[in-house]
Formats: sequence, structure tokens, C-alpha cells
Amino acid sequence: MTSAFLLIMRRELTVAFRRWADVALPLVFFSIVCTLFPLAVGQNAETLRNVGPGAIWVAALLATLLSLNTLFRDDFDDGSLEQLALSQQPLTVLLLAKTCSHWIVTELPLVVIAPVLGLGFGMTGNGIGALLLTLLIGTPALSLIGSVGAALTAGLRGASGLLALLLLPLTVPILIFGARAASLADEGIAIDGPLFMLGGLTMLALTLTPFATAAAVRVSLD
Amino acid sequence: MDSRNFRLEWSNLSLWRGDRCLQSNLSGSLASGQALTLRGPNGCGKTTLLRSLCGLSLPETGEIRWQGELLSRVRTDYYAHMAYSGHSNGLKSDLSTRENLSFAARLRKRERDHAELLLGLNLQDCADIPVRSLSAGQRRRASLAAVLASVAELWVLDEPYTNLDRAGCEWLGQRLNAHISNGGLLLLAAHQASLLDPGIETSVELSGIAA
Repeated sequence: MTSAFLLIMRRELTVAFRRWADVALPLVFFSIVCTLFPLAVGQNAETLRNVGPGAIWVAALLATLLSLNTLFRDDFDDGSLEQLALSQQPLTVLLLAKTCSHWIVTELPLVVIAPVLGLGFGMTGNGIGALLLTLLIGTPALSLIGSVGAALTAGLRGASGLLALLLLPLTVPILIFGARAASLADEGIAIDGPLFMLGGLTMLALTLTPFATAAAVRVSLD
Repeated sequence: MDSRNFRLEWSNLSLWRGDRCLQSNLSGSLASGQALTLRGPNGCGKTTLLRSLCGLSLPETGEIRWQGELLSRVRTDYYAHMAYSGHSNGLKSDLSTRENLSFAARLRKRERDHAELLLGLNLQDCADIPVRSLSAGQRRRASLAAVLASVAELWVLDEPYTNLDRAGCEWLGQRLNAHISNGGLLLLAAHQASLLDPGIETSVELSGIAA
């Protein structure tokens, strides 16, 4: 089972590496959105600092959404998804491996670049550290919840709008705790509470969504 | 190959696509050493029947049994003995043929060496270039190679001769005959004249009934 998990991860990462332009898209989108905020909000340092964590979190959410369209769509179109479904390995594990690769390829670069963008909003060192931490803990939940939506819409044409409508409401708790923790830390307040809550949400997503994703893929293939 | 006898049976299947009934009351069976070819006009439900027998689509009514057990109960065992090649070839276009085949082999755990297959399928020269730059016929060959390389007893092929040249069709016909004579099971949908030995093949003509 572990070997099948690693096998899928390896294939996903190889494919992603060969299509690096697709992989870079969410990262570029994320950076641009975060740069647009200071331009739109104005030069007031205090206002910028206040909207910083929220703006970065929303941008990360939208960038994730942008990348989720292709999570299962390509595999659905070229028939690899049905081959996975016909494998003797548990589909839940195979798809979880795909979701993990999605996190590594799409979310991890966002997490890495976020501190730089945080500096652009004039956040303090404390706030930037917390932003990094909340993104690190919270983005896996975005990938996991996103995989359910992506699996449900894999067989539909032009489903990106539907995918956004399905997923955005579900990601609200993650956004609230993630952005709130980062802005509290920026003001120098302890953030253990929201961090634990965020970790709890991610664990919940990790335990429940893989089964939902596998079921949704079977429905999409039918 | 496993020397056990295998048996796939289905009874009273009715197949629907959306709100259209394609076929109803389909029954049949397939055992080791037998081939079953589905024939019939476009849209009569050949692919839907194959996908149902693979467990990809749920038939509206009826049941499918593998070794006498309901398919939904023995899914893992069934998939360990089954290989499917459908309309979409199941290959990642950014990976080479060799990479795709080795992925399929490892996912299935037990697999034959595919070097000889690549040679037989005339793919040895383009085995290391991305599948995206192959022709439709070559892609079909690569997709078939994944099934032919498997040690699965039951091969389910949906129109395997599509896009193949004459030599490719004959080569495939020989491989399929060899598979059957080794005690394999073959389920296929085809339009063209049979390339299988007479006597091992049963044809089922699906009628193009309207909804």
C-alpha cells in the first residue's frame, strides 16, 4: 500500500516537473493578487498591515482553486483515472497520494513565498512567522477538501465555476482561523487557540475526505 | 498464469445511459479459455456493457458475479485478475511509453517483461519519447501493451483494433489467440471481422434497440 502511494507520488511529481508552466501558474497568480492589494488599498502602513494576513490567505485560497481544476481532469480525460479505479490497490490511498502531490506542487511554493509577500504588507516578524505556520498547517486542508470537489466535477465540462461555488463555502472555517491567527500574532497576541483549531480541521479533512474523494471519483467515472 | 478456472457471469443486466435504456435483460458468461466478442451498431451499449462488467459503471438492474461471488464483494480479487483497455488509452502524455508501462506494471505488482512486447508492437524506437508525440496508432499500441504485459487472466478490450495497421491487427489477433489457448479470458467489443480462431469465440450481437 505504501509502495503504491509512493509510486503515484513519483509519477505525479514527474509529470508536474515536465509541465512546470502549469505548476507555476497558481504561484504567479498568488504573487500578483498579493501585489495588487497594496496598490488598491493605498499606502497607509497601518491599513496594509491590518489587511495583510487576510489578503494573503484569500489569495492562497483562490490560487488553490485555480489549480484544482486540473487535479483529476487530465487523468479523467486520458483514461488514467479509470485505470487507477481498476487497480487492486485501494483507490482511497491512490487518490490521497495524488492530493499529497498536489499539495507539494501547488501549495508548498505558496507557503514558501508568502513571507516575502507578507513583508510587502509591512507585517512584523512575529506576524510573518505565524502566517507561515498557519499556511503550513491550513493549506493541506484546502488540498484535501478541494480534492472532493475536483473529483465530483472531473467529468463535467466547464465546471470551474461550479467547483468554486462548491468549495468556497467549505473552506470558510480554514480561512477564518488561518487569517485570524496570523493577524493576532502580528499584534503580538498568543495564537495557540486558532492554531490548534486549524490543526484539528486539517486532521478532520485528512481522515474524512479521502473516502469522499474515492467515492466521488467512482461516481464521476460511472 | 494462474491455473485456476475463472468464471465471469452476468444476468438480467439492463443498461441505461442518462434516461435512455440501451439494453435490457442481458445475460451471459465467460470462462477460462473462452472469448466473447460484442458486436452491434454504434450506440447500442457495447462500451457501457464492458464498463459495467469491469465495475466502472453500475448497471441499473441485474448482477455480475466473479467466481460465483457478487462483483461488489470481490472487487480487489477481481481487479487482480483483470486488465482493461478502453477508448481513452490510460497513458500520461508527458511520460514516455516505457515510463507509462513501468508505472502500470508496478501498480499491478506482477507483470511480464515488456521489452519483447515493445519489439512486437514496433514501439522499440519510440519507447523513450513522450506519448504526446506518438501517432494515434502508436498510442493505441502502447495502451494495448499495458494490457498484454499484465499477467491478468481476463482481458477486457474495447475496440482494440481501432487505429491499428493491418500488421498490427494480425499481431494482436495472434496474441489474443495465444492468451485464450493459455486459458485466459477475453471480452472484447469490435466492429471488424474476427481475427480469433473459430471455435474459441462466441459473438453476441447487441441490437440497436431504441429507447
